[in-house]
Amino acid sequence: MQNLANALSWTNLHFLLQGFWVTIEVSVISIILSFIFGLILGVLRYTRVDETTTVISRVVGVIVDILRNLPLLLIIFFSYFGLPVMGIRVDAFQASVIAMVVFESAMIAEVVRSGINSVDPGQMEGARSNGMTYVQAMVHVVMPQALTRMIPALLSQFVSLIKDTSLATIIVLPELLYHAEIIYNQNTNYMIPMYLTVAVMYFIICFVLSTFANYLSKRIKY
Amino acid sequence: MFNLLSENWSTFLLGFWNTILCSVIALFFSLVIGSGFAILETVPSKFWRGVAKVYVEIFRNIPLLVVTMVFYLVLPTYTPLKLTGFQAGTIGLSIYSSAFIAETVRSGINSVGEGQMEGARSNGMTYWQAMRYVILPQAFKIVIPALGNQFVNLIKNSSILAFVAGFDLMYQGDIVASNTFQTIPSYVLVGIFYLILTLPMSYYMQYLEKKTA
Repeated sequence: MQNLANALSWTNLHFLLQGFWVTIEVSVISIILSFIFGLILGVLRYTRVDETTTVISRVVGVIVDILRNLPLLLIIFFSYFGLPVMGIRVDAFQASVIAMVVFESAMIAEVVRSGINSVDPGQMEGARSNGMTYVQAMVHVVMPQALTRMIPALLSQFVSLIKDTSLATIIVLPELLYHAEIIYNQNTNYMIPMYLTVAVMYFIICFVLSTFANYLSKRIKY
Repeated sequence: MFNLLSENWSTFLLGFWNTILCSVIALFFSLVIGSGFAILETVPSKFWRGVAKVYVEIFRNIPLLVVTMVFYLVLPTYTPLKLTGFQAGTIGLSIYSSAFIAETVRSGINSVGEGQMEGARSNGMTYWQAMRYVILPQAFKIVIPALGNQFVNLIKNSSILAFVAGFDLMYQGDIVASNTFQTIPSYVLVGIFYLILTLPMSYYMQYLEKKTA
C-alpha cells in the first residue's frame, strides 16, 4: 500500500496521464480514419451489381481477408521498419496510426459487410423499384438500417483497437504502457502499482465502451 | 525472397513451430477455462454468476500485453516462480482468450431453449447431468464457427510472444530482418507463414457459418 501511494506521486501520475493522452490520441484518430475506410471497403466488397463492381468486390475481398488474418504486431513492424525502407519517413506516432488504420479498416469492413447483409434484400429492391439509383438506395435506405445494427459490433471493435494500441510500445510510442515501463524501470518496487494502475486505466475506458455496446445490442430491435 | 527463405529456413521453421505449439496449448487451456466460466455464468447461484462475470469483464477489457507482462515480469520479480518467455506468453494468452471464449460459449448456452433444461430436469436428471448431456452438446454445435474465429484471433495474438522472447514466428522473423537487413522481404515471409495458419481456418469458418445459417 505504501508502495502504491509512493508510486502514484503527483509527478508519476502526471507522467502516466501524458501516456494515457497519447493512447487516446492514437485511438481516436485511428477510430475515425478506420471507420471511414472500413465503411468504404465494406460497401465496395458488398456491391456486386455489374462486372466492374464484381471485380472490385473480389479484389477488395482478397485484400481485406489478408489484412484481417495477419497479426497487428506484424503490421506495426512493417509500417515502422518497412515504410522507411520504401522511402517513406514515419515517426512512431504516425507508424502506429498507419498500422492501426490499415488493420482496423479491414476488421471494420467485415463488420460493415455483415451489417449490410443483415438488411432484408427487399429493402434494396423496394427502393430500386421506386426509382432510386443504387447509390441513393444504399445511402438513404440500406445504410441507415445497417449502421444501427452494426453499432454494438463496431463498439467492441473499437474496444479492441484501444487495447491494441498497447502493442505500439514495441516501436517506442510514448503511450500509457510505455510510460509505466519507464517509471518502474527507475524503481522496481513500483512494478506492481504501475501494472495495477495501467490495468485499471485501460479497464475503465474499455469497460465503459463495452458495457455501452452490450446495452445497445439489447436495446436495438430488429 | 526465396534466397532469404532458404538461407534462414531453420530460423523461420522454429518460429512457425513455436507459434503452432503456443496456439494449440493456449487453445486447449482457454477452451477449458473459458467453458468453465461460461457454465458458471449460467448457474442459478447469483454469487458464482457474479464471480464469472467479474473474471470475464476484467480480462476482456485489459490489453493482452498487460496480462502477459504480469506473468513475464511481475511474477518472477516478486515470487520464486520463474517462467520462460514462451511459458509466460502462453499462460497470458490462455487467460486472455479464455474470457472471450467464455462469452462465446455463454451465448451458445443461452441460445439453447429453456425447455431443454426443464425437460431434462423433469426427466429426473440433475442440473449438472442436464448441462453435460443435453445443453452443452447443443451449445457447442451452435458456437463452433464463433469459436473458430476466436481461434484465428488466438493465432494472431500469439505474436505477443515476440514481446517476451518467446521465439515465435514474429520474433524469429524480426531476428532475420535485423540480421540480413532485408526488412520488407522478411516481414512478407512472416506474413505468409501466418496466413498459412489463419486463412484456411477463417475461410472454413465462413463456410460453416453459411452452412448453418
